[in-house]
Amino acid sequence: MLNRVSTFFYKRPKLVLALFLAPPLLWFLVVYIGALITLLINSFFYLDGFTGQVVREFTLQTYAKLLIPTNLQIFARTTVMAILVTIASVILAFPLAYYIARFASPRMKTWLYVAVTLPLWTSYVVRVYSWKLILAQEGIISWFARLIHLDGLLNWYLSHDLVGGPSLAVSPTGIFIVFVYIWLPYMVIPIQTALERVPKSLIEASGDLGATPAQTFRTVLLPLSFPGVVAGSIFTFSLTLGDFIVPQLFGTSSFYIGKAVLTYQGTSGNIPLAAAFTMGPIVIMIVYLLIARKLGAFDAL
Amino acid sequence: MSDTAILFKNVSRHFGEVRAVDNVELEINDGEFFSMLGPSGSGKTTCLRMIAGFDRPTSGQIILYGQDVSNLPPYERPVNTVFQDYALFPHMTIEENIGYGLMIKGIAKDERAQRVEEMLKLVRLPGYGQRKPSQLSGGQRQRVALARALINHPKVLLLDEPLGALDLKLRQQMQVELKNIQREVGITFIFVTHDQEEALTMSDRIAVFNEGKIEQVGSPADVYEHPSTPFVAGFVGTSNLVSGEVAQRITGSSKRFSVRPEKIHLAKSNEQAASDMFVANGSVRDVVYLGLYTRYLVELEGGGDLVVVEQNLKTTSMDVTGVKGQKVQLFWKKDHVSYVGG
Repeated sequence: MLNRVSTFFYKRPKLVLALFLAPPLLWFLVVYIGALITLLINSFFYLDGFTGQVVREFTLQTYAKLLIPTNLQIFARTTVMAILVTIASVILAFPLAYYIARFASPRMKTWLYVAVTLPLWTSYVVRVYSWKLILAQEGIISWFARLIHLDGLLNWYLSHDLVGGPSLAVSPTGIFIVFVYIWLPYMVIPIQTALERVPKSLIEASGDLGATPAQTFRTVLLPLSFPGVVAGSIFTFSLTLGDFIVPQLFGTSSFYIGKAVLTYQGTSGNIPLAAAFTMGPIVIMIVYLLIARKLGAFDAL
Repeated sequence: MSDTAILFKNVSRHFGEVRAVDNVELEINDGEFFSMLGPSGSGKTTCLRMIAGFDRPTSGQIILYGQDVSNLPPYERPVNTVFQDYALFPHMTIEENIGYGLMIKGIAKDERAQRVEEMLKLVRLPGYGQRKPSQLSGGQRQRVALARALINHPKVLLLDEPLGALDLKLRQQMQVELKNIQREVGITFIFVTHDQEEALTMSDRIAVFNEGKIEQVGSPADVYEHPSTPFVAGFVGTSNLVSGEVAQRITGSSKRFSVRPEKIHLAKSNEQAASDMFVANGSVRDVVYLGLYTRYLVELEGGGDLVVVEQNLKTTSMDVTGVKGQKVQLFWKKDHVSYVGG
């Protein structure tokens, strides 16, 4: 009996493939694509300001509302933050990834790998709250600044509206620091993987042809690990664009995209506007990926 | 021409307990095609890597045209390498790959392009400049790797088993081509290989490596016809090693000797051995007909086997297989015996 079942499937490889692929495909189509389409459809409805009800009619008026200066400022602010966080992550992650990939002994490598991913094992919210303690008015950084008599400098820095606020824990700088902290592992690992995939003989060949280690880094290692940098930046960039917890906890009154979606959808029940807001990061990501492709980031894949 | 290109003075390289290279003394002449031959793990590649600068000797000195380079980094040595896996830069075009060394040196674009073009002609790949390495076949990549090294006019070119990944036909073609290119550019080539036929085909001189030491250095004919150790006799070509009592019966001395299978003559019953020949008696245990020639395994009186190879000039497969089981006499010239010691 079992034999006959085996024979039945053996003779129909396409049926087997279909059976294996059906669950993930269903999941992908219904949950991922389905949710996105629902979002898109909702963004073309509007909220009746008088009754507070969502009117299910096709309209562009929600998008018109999305494009008022205040909201455009939210997009700009969030995008600039995502870019800065990404750049800082690359600068911090590259040397670390380089060390792990090329110099660390196998034992050291394991330890560093664990150290990099360790924060991901605990709750994100707990880790974010711990930063509240570090950055607060009475926190470690302020205390240390006072200790070395630089509290004046810190206060001067915080007095600037663009970067500062009442304390580091309530300022764009605070948001930036926490973002870089929580997304860093997502940058280290792809860069490390890319660096490890560069054959050792290429490095030797470059040196053999007269290139100093610095020249080899610039002409061989960097271009070949660039896809890793782009992969990592997709994480840091998109995660920063969509996050609402960090701006909520560390932000001043200025909104970020995630926080705006939460407010419109949760507090004021304006689901169409929240949906339209969500289209923002999607469009920004598409533009980002197109630029990345133009830079040749996917050539070496 | 008799200048010394490379001199190894008591060079050793230890990896922990392992003596990868053990007290090697070696002199390579200017303009010579020199092969380092040996099984894997014999130290030949480590020697090459120490000349290139990827590895440094634990002790001893490496002198390159009179200059001690033992502690110079690779980018300060006037040598270039063709790697076993070619090591072409995948993100650059063929032109950029070949011109890489010149680009690093800061040579102007126009001159670079012109010299790259010359190199592409030398390795018979004109018109391929704009392609990526992934679009070339193994043999073509091999030539690009060669061009990329030669364009820098190195004093010595190092080749690390560069033909290993090619199929037999292409390999034989590349052997001839490499030799021609070496004659054309006239620089010293150091060629690492485990393939004895390759070494015999191309080299002016060969160093045979075993367990971190050099067993013998000499011309291909020298190494083949007069192996100085049992290892060389066994590794370069096939060889018959005879020692002890059996040797005593044949040569009158118990010294160990080696004789090549093709030097031995399977005598007909009415034949007489000349005075400059050794004679051995035995019976044919096995016959393998291989078309061009036949291989006989002859069991000697007093023990031991000899492999004998004879060309099938007039004989057919019917003739040769008939010999199996018969008693035979074997003749070979005394000159063809090498006393290998040990």
